[in-house]
Amino acid sequence: MSKLSPFNVVSLTLGFVFLYLPMLILVVYSFNESQLVTVWAGFSTKWYGELARNEAFLDAAWVTLRVAFFSSTIATVLGTMAAYVLVRGGRFFGRTLFSGMIYAPLVMPEVITGLSLLLLFIGLGMDRGILTIVLAHTTFSMCYVSVVVSSRLVSFDKSLEEAALDLGCSPAEAFRLVTLPIIAPAVISGWLLAFTLSLDDLVIASFTSGPAATTLPIKIFSAVRLGVTPEINALSTIMIGIVTVGVIIASISTKRAKVKAEADERLAQRTE
Amino acid sequence: MRRFVLIAVPFLWLLALFLIPFGIVLKISLSDVALARPPYVPQFSWDEGIRAFLSQLDFENFAFIGAGAIVVTVVAIALLAAVAFPVYGLVFRRFFGGGLKALSIRSLIAAVVSVVAGILAVVIVFAVISFFFPSVVSLLEVDDYLYFQAYLSSLKIAAISTALTLLVGYPMAYGMARSPNSWRPTLMMLVILPFWTSFLIRVYAWRGILSQEGYLNQVLLWLGVIGEPLTILNTNTAVYIGVVYTYLPFMILPIYAALEKLDVSLIEAAEDLGCSRSSAFWLVTIPLSRPGIVAGCFLVFIPTLGEFVIPSLLGGSGTLMIGKVLWEEFFNNRDWPVASAVAIILLLILIVPIVLFQRNQQRQAEAGG
Repeated sequence: MSKLSPFNVVSLTLGFVFLYLPMLILVVYSFNESQLVTVWAGFSTKWYGELARNEAFLDAAWVTLRVAFFSSTIATVLGTMAAYVLVRGGRFFGRTLFSGMIYAPLVMPEVITGLSLLLLFIGLGMDRGILTIVLAHTTFSMCYVSVVVSSRLVSFDKSLEEAALDLGCSPAEAFRLVTLPIIAPAVISGWLLAFTLSLDDLVIASFTSGPAATTLPIKIFSAVRLGVTPEINALSTIMIGIVTVGVIIASISTKRAKVKAEADERLAQRTE
Repeated sequence: MRRFVLIAVPFLWLLALFLIPFGIVLKISLSDVALARPPYVPQFSWDEGIRAFLSQLDFENFAFIGAGAIVVTVVAIALLAAVAFPVYGLVFRRFFGGGLKALSIRSLIAAVVSVVAGILAVVIVFAVISFFFPSVVSLLEVDDYLYFQAYLSSLKIAAISTALTLLVGYPMAYGMARSPNSWRPTLMMLVILPFWTSFLIRVYAWRGILSQEGYLNQVLLWLGVIGEPLTILNTNTAVYIGVVYTYLPFMILPIYAALEKLDVSLIEAAEDLGCSRSSAFWLVTIPLSRPGIVAGCFLVFIPTLGEFVIPSLLGGSGTLMIGKVLWEEFFNNRDWPVASAVAIILLLILIVPIVLFQRNQQRQAEAGG
């Protein structure tokens, strides 16, 4: 299939306009002079200045970044372990329960996950704050990491690991020297996924945060409920910008790695 | 020893932070509400033994939200759908095989008869149950119709917005699959990029567009299409738009994956054998992309059912969705036992689509491997 009919062109164009126009409007109007977001009154970057002076938003952003960093890092370790156990671990007692618990949080409504974790933390008498949000975010994002990593583990050749073991590696060395470098791209994208999920989460964070720790989504949500403000537009623009740059860098670097791998392969074939 | 640690650490983590919390939700859903901190009276403790535990269970909260009626209604809808789907497939195939002419009176009668038989079967089953077990009927009583309506309207909103997402997403996935090979990675990235940007911000963007003095109304007024601004924000329409917008990538990607694998020679063969282009599309392309369509629909339907952010930012006071009701019950009314009961029933309802989704995925994996 490689001929685009006019219908295909129209549906693709309209579809991408639908996906990108709302964000474009948001970005354009963040440079609006006026307090009223819907009326254009000239170019200005004053809302970015306002944002930089808004202590509450800065505090929330700092809390969010710390939560995202810690939860995604722990989630990557736990998720990779879980993926390794599920793909390579063979049979063990409670395997079905284990894989069920890995997949269930992916389809669980956030309100239920949040509610159940909050009831747990209250039952344990824990003060709600950064720690409880980190625990909650780690729990659901480790499942995403484990799905991403296990799909990579399934597709790679097990005999490479076995060869390393035959040649005298200990299991730990085989993992570090053979398995980890091969699954590294999946582990990194798992970490990135966990990081963005944590940055983005409103519902679970609202249930598990206390008055001491407010994350950025909670702050944005309470501001947005009152109406559209140019400051939130500016904040959104910054976040959209960071993600766009990140995704572009990631796609360029994977493309480079692919080109390099192909070149290496050609070289290897020539020297044979 | 190392293997044991490798298994135990993630296992125990999930056990402690995923499974045990559910036990707590179940426990609190069976407790009484109280004006205290925490605001509920535990109905039982594990030390008193299992007999005391069973005799003390309190289903008041479930009765209050009309759990029996909700579960029965959902089961009835599922039964009807189970009957209607094969019939629908039959009619569909006849229709697109040769247009209306091929749609014989017999197959139409068969369709009507089987749907009526399905409804009758559901009614008879419930009549028999209520005749032999009269106490079951009392389970169907509903104290407060708010929850019943909220579950039904969540189902309705999720179903309608899934259908709309399919209507928008399928042509896009189809266009992507037909585009030149060199474009595909870029198009893929364009579909995935919104997924990485904040969900909250993408929903928020629509508030500025759909409001009374928003950009959409400004453009339409300027064009002279409408005389006075439309009210879209804070209605169900805004919720549909929001769901389609935010979940579109989840629909496009599985359909695109299915269409990309499709063998073009099959369509050429159908056309050589006398199919028109449109019937080749309906008889070959659509059935072969079915696993992708089914996966995409579930990926939109399941999270939409429990959605909170979209109905609370774009919907109005008239938009009843169960995620929103649960949130308000918990944070505004502080009725934890009822909120827990609402969560348990939502989970029960979700089991049906989740199991169907997993079956579809498994079948796909078997077909692929």
